[in-house]
Amino acid sequence: MTDADQNTPDLSLTRVPEIGSAPVGSDAEKHLAELWESAPGWRGWLSTVDHKTIGIRYLVTAFIFLLMGGVEALIMRVQLARPDQTLLTPEQYNQLFTMHGITMIFLYSLPVLSGFSNYLWPLMLGSRDMAFPRVNALSYWLFLFAGIFLYASFPLGQAPNAGWFNYVPFAELNYNTGPNIDVYALGMVLLGISTTVGSINFIVTLFRMRAPGMSIGRVPILVWGTLTASVANVFAVPSVSLAFFLLWLDRQMGTHFFDVLNGGKPLLWQHLFWMFGHPWVYAVVLPAMGIVSDALPTFCRRPLVGYSAVALSTMATMLLGFGVWIHHMFATGLPPLALSFFGATSMVIAIPSGVAVFAWIATIWLGRPVFNTPFLFFAGFVILFVIGGFSGVMVAAVPLDLQLNETYFIVAHLHYVLLGINVFPVVGGIYYWFPKFFGRMMNETLGKWSFWVMFIGFNLGFFPMHVAGLLGMPRRIYTYAPHMGWSTVNMVTTIGSFLFAVGILIFLVNILVSLKRGALATANPWDAPTLEWAVASPAPVYNFAVIPFIASRHPLWEDRLDEGAGRSSLDQGYLLMEGRETIATTPLDAMPDVILKMPDDSFTPFFLGLFSALAFVGLLLHARDFTVLMALACSLSLIVWLWPRKALIQRVPDMEYDKGVAHG
Amino acid sequence: MSASTSGCRFNGTLLLCGLAVTPSFAASAENRIAPLNYFLHSYGPASTLTMQLGWVFAGILALIFIVIALLLAGAVFHKRSPEDPRLIGREDQGMLWIYIGTGISTCILFAMTIYMLITLNKTAKPTHAPALTLTVTGYDWWWKVEYEADDASRRFVTANEIHIPVGQPVLIKLKSADVIHAFWVPVLAGKTQAIPGLTNQQWIEADAEGVYRGQCTQYCGLQHAHMGFEVVAQSEAEFRTWQDAQRKTAATVLAGDVNTGWKIFLDQCAGCHAVRGTEAKGIHGPDLTHLSSRRLLAGGLLTNTPDHLVQWITHTQELKPGARMPSMVLTAAEISALSAFLSTLN
Repeated sequence: MTDADQNTPDLSLTRVPEIGSAPVGSDAEKHLAELWESAPGWRGWLSTVDHKTIGIRYLVTAFIFLLMGGVEALIMRVQLARPDQTLLTPEQYNQLFTMHGITMIFLYSLPVLSGFSNYLWPLMLGSRDMAFPRVNALSYWLFLFAGIFLYASFPLGQAPNAGWFNYVPFAELNYNTGPNIDVYALGMVLLGISTTVGSINFIVTLFRMRAPGMSIGRVPILVWGTLTASVANVFAVPSVSLAFFLLWLDRQMGTHFFDVLNGGKPLLWQHLFWMFGHPWVYAVVLPAMGIVSDALPTFCRRPLVGYSAVALSTMATMLLGFGVWIHHMFATGLPPLALSFFGATSMVIAIPSGVAVFAWIATIWLGRPVFNTPFLFFAGFVILFVIGGFSGVMVAAVPLDLQLNETYFIVAHLHYVLLGINVFPVVGGIYYWFPKFFGRMMNETLGKWSFWVMFIGFNLGFFPMHVAGLLGMPRRIYTYAPHMGWSTVNMVTTIGSFLFAVGILIFLVNILVSLKRGALATANPWDAPTLEWAVASPAPVYNFAVIPFIASRHPLWEDRLDEGAGRSSLDQGYLLMEGRETIATTPLDAMPDVILKMPDDSFTPFFLGLFSALAFVGLLLHARDFTVLMALACSLSLIVWLWPRKALIQRVPDMEYDKGVAHG
Repeated sequence: MSASTSGCRFNGTLLLCGLAVTPSFAASAENRIAPLNYFLHSYGPASTLTMQLGWVFAGILALIFIVIALLLAGAVFHKRSPEDPRLIGREDQGMLWIYIGTGISTCILFAMTIYMLITLNKTAKPTHAPALTLTVTGYDWWWKVEYEADDASRRFVTANEIHIPVGQPVLIKLKSADVIHAFWVPVLAGKTQAIPGLTNQQWIEADAEGVYRGQCTQYCGLQHAHMGFEVVAQSEAEFRTWQDAQRKTAATVLAGDVNTGWKIFLDQCAGCHAVRGTEAKGIHGPDLTHLSSRRLLAGGLLTNTPDHLVQWITHTQELKPGARMPSMVLTAAEISALSAFLSTLN
């Protein structure tokens, strides 16, 4: 063998994709649709790996959890509306606030953003699917089953009851003997698998699945947000999964990680939990900020001001976000020097957020705003973001936090952050992308009503919580005496919460009405600049009939922006229709690299998810044989999943003929 | 007065001082509405500095918020010349907004951070050595208070009521007997967790005589809501008198109804409660040697009147569901005997 032989790639495995166009209705387009369509009926329903279906499922499931958490909150608000109420027993109240926290933080706020990213990423990036479609399906099923798992003990009155941060030793067996905490611990480990595989999928997708020409500086900010959050999750989730696993071992296997009597350390829990918890807080807001950064410019009729600054500040926030976890633990007796460091980083983290705020305001100022519903949500979001950020600066100040911590001021702060920076962009985002999801516009009148009722209700409900905190009201108390001076603020908060709930209801009604009767949407009803609006509404099953070539950040505004970078080619591109195929590009410059054979629909993700969840049920019920059986079933599912198939090898169709012959 | 002078020493803005510190001239904190309100009332050096920090921060942030809200309103509503609606603005404009906005906010944040660190440094330790050291232990759902002394006979234990001499720093060693609690007397100082297996430290000092409400602020289970306590700041002389009274053990020679009550107590209560100087040596519940001297019952839930005491003993689980003490089932005669005995614990 000569050197030349070794260096020559095996040409039988090389194929140059055809470039062409496949307009709607052409044979090529029909062929594509057949290739990517899932089987009809329940088979397709359970086996689909289409990122759009998975994205919608994430959104719908997360919203159902949002409603459940919301109802829990409203029940608590009735209990707290007046002093000395006895609507709920202390135990019921404790389970409600714990499940409310778990639901909103773990089952709503990140999954809903995963929904957006799952649906939008391949469309924004010019790809036909995520990097690992089956992993994507697995991620969803695990999320769904983990959510059901976490609620399994709720109807029995034995839901988790130690608060969402579940401090030990209260969560240990000697103080909490029921199954409550085991459900939480195992459910979180299960959910952690979903988050981790989902995050890895996002990371690989970003670096491999962009259309040719979409260099790293041309991806939308939502992509930056989700990428940053996903990288953070890969580092942060192991910490909390470990913590919950150790807790479960303590409770069920007699280990002593947190058990004081046998040398365990309760403070270890707080560290492990918040090392995860704080990065997580940013993971559930950065993609939402990305939604605003991408969608707000559409309604301002100009590109985002300071794209690079906003993208960099997104990452800076996340990096700093790993160095602030102690600010949840200022009161644990750590030395002042440590508190100084973590207090200072917690205040400095406001700087990158400031970059984003000024970028949004400048975008509005320099643009010509169009007052559609999404714009209202995004502009309202900026106000709530600033309030939440500012109360964050106050709680970052160590001495002040020693007063504010664990009072309603914190409750107010975290609701401004999670509702203001997550729910408002999410609802605005749904108004914005609804036509892409379902091919119909949402009703504007109901939309404006939903915004104003939500915005007023939210501020009426949650701003007074700051005052309750300053008046010294601790969080997590099931009742209070009239002479504590908290009666009025609590009544106002309860009224505001119900008003906010009415706003959410109007939004839901709007969705139902618009699904049926909304005006049919064109491909690009908002005249938006990004790639997802280049395809029909709703997005066709194959996403892009041809893989486009991208020349700028705003492919659909190029004719009017004239950025001098040439023109993207959206109608002409790689055809790639010998099976489910898309193109992989290089990580930074997005040069075409290889043709990817994408996997077909498969039942294995569903079954792997189901058997994993059942294995956890077995662990919960101490059913050893059943657990082992389910673990074996998981292995079997994996074997089926990974069974090698010739069809996925990349080669020219008539390879026998071509063998050894140089390609033309 | 020391509160107001120390208040204005650091913070130059008189207006803010006036706002923040004036209420503390009203000295007595008793029967105040919102006894945990630490943003308008402060009676300790640490909480006063913190309150000022809070007002300064809230003031600065409120101002910036108004500026940003006005900018946003201006951005939304400022008049624009009519143009072709299809026109798209240029991408490279507007960076000055980010440079100036972020530049200014960075400077302000750095100044605030430095102010915060100075306050942290000042509040971390008292200006002079603590005059008194106490050990406070959190239990589900009450507080044990131990007054230390080198001489073992001068040590004593009480519950849910901490007496301190006014104007002197007091060191509190914080422990927990079960789960994590947090010790918080907001008008005197910030909170510190009581963590099992660790001994945390916290200092408090009261500038004025009065009764200051405290509360557990780390969620600790069913009755987290009713885990209150009080700090009573007294003049040096009053404090000494109180201390001497608390050191006394209970009388052992009893007669009549009181003696019947004592028998009931020994039979039904002494497994958990101690009365120093007697055979009642229970350690799971509050020491009751000087029960009648206390202002509150049941972790701050009830005022300490004879009626409330009887209610508490017989309806514990209704008043404080989940409390570690059972509702006692007693006949009317037993109740009156027990009350007679308990009333001697002064």
